[in-house]
Amino acid sequence: MDNSVFLPLLLTMIVTTYLIRAIPFVLFREKIQSPKVKSFFDYIPYSVLSAMTFPSILYATDSIISAAAGFIVALILAYKGKSLLIVAIGTCVAAFLVALVQAFIF
Amino acid sequence: MSKLTWHKGFNDGLAIGLGYLSVSFSFGIMAANDGLAWWQAVLISLTNLTSAGQVAGVGIMAAHGTIFEMALTQFIINLRYSLMGISLSQKTDESMTTSRRLFTSFFITDEIFGVASSQIKVGFRYMTGLGVLPVIGWTLGTLLGAVLGSILPAIVTNSLAIGIYGMFVAIVLPVCRKNKIITIVSAISIALSVAFRYTPIINENVSNGFAIIICAVISALIGVFITPSKEEVNG
Repeated sequence: MDNSVFLPLLLTMIVTTYLIRAIPFVLFREKIQSPKVKSFFDYIPYSVLSAMTFPSILYATDSIISAAAGFIVALILAYKGKSLLIVAIGTCVAAFLVALVQAFIF
Repeated sequence: MSKLTWHKGFNDGLAIGLGYLSVSFSFGIMAANDGLAWWQAVLISLTNLTSAGQVAGVGIMAAHGTIFEMALTQFIINLRYSLMGISLSQKTDESMTTSRRLFTSFFITDEIFGVASSQIKVGFRYMTGLGVLPVIGWTLGTLLGAVLGSILPAIVTNSLAIGIYGMFVAIVLPVCRKNKIITIVSAISIALSVAFRYTPIINENVSNGFAIIICAVISALIGVFITPSKEEVNG
């Protein structure tokens, strides 16, 4: 891509994304006293990750079936309290094996 | 809290780094397909460290969009990082000075934030260690994807792309087992996310990044509403 197009847009991306991260992190230092506001910020990470994961996880591979297999394995491993890395690898392997079987059958 | 060293952060970043390696691989492939040189794709990843924002950003670049369009899109998609920064500020200790905040704020992504905020306290050294492998993984994966993407079979690249979601599940589910309200919040967030995805009028008009903000804020607010006034949340 031509740099006359790429560089100004890249710079815009960098500045916008950085300021969104940095300004609140620098300015909001007071510990929040209100229990209601505090619990809101306790819930946000899990509500964000939940919304990001489902249903997007079902479309992460080429077929819903292999993705669903990965998702189910992720649920089982996570329920058993396995580490983040083990769950991530298990998810990939399950999706890959099911995709292999699918490729073999169809 | 003496356990929260640079080393602990570095180790905790391994899963994220590996997850990023696979996800950014897909980004590298996509960027190359959109006409970016490999070094341009790598530069985007190294300086932005964000998935949804970069995917949208490359789309705007490919369409020769305006600077305003780029700024507005990044603002909306990445607005959740502002919420996360405020949330993370509740857990930072006295080692987080202004200049250190200016530095470590670059590492605020969904996953790094998710792992950091599951700690009881977050200090400068832990946060810096935590950021190292994700940045390397994200940048290296982009490079590999942009250069090698067309060589590897799709069945392999597709299977790698789902790993990051497995990691999300591994962050949320154990907390749900311990906290009933977070289970409800998570379920509501998922229900809203499903509704957004499968309602055509909404799906066509609301970007993915914006949909996540709406789902997350509404479900967290409902969570606040149903929290008994004396309950302490152990996130």
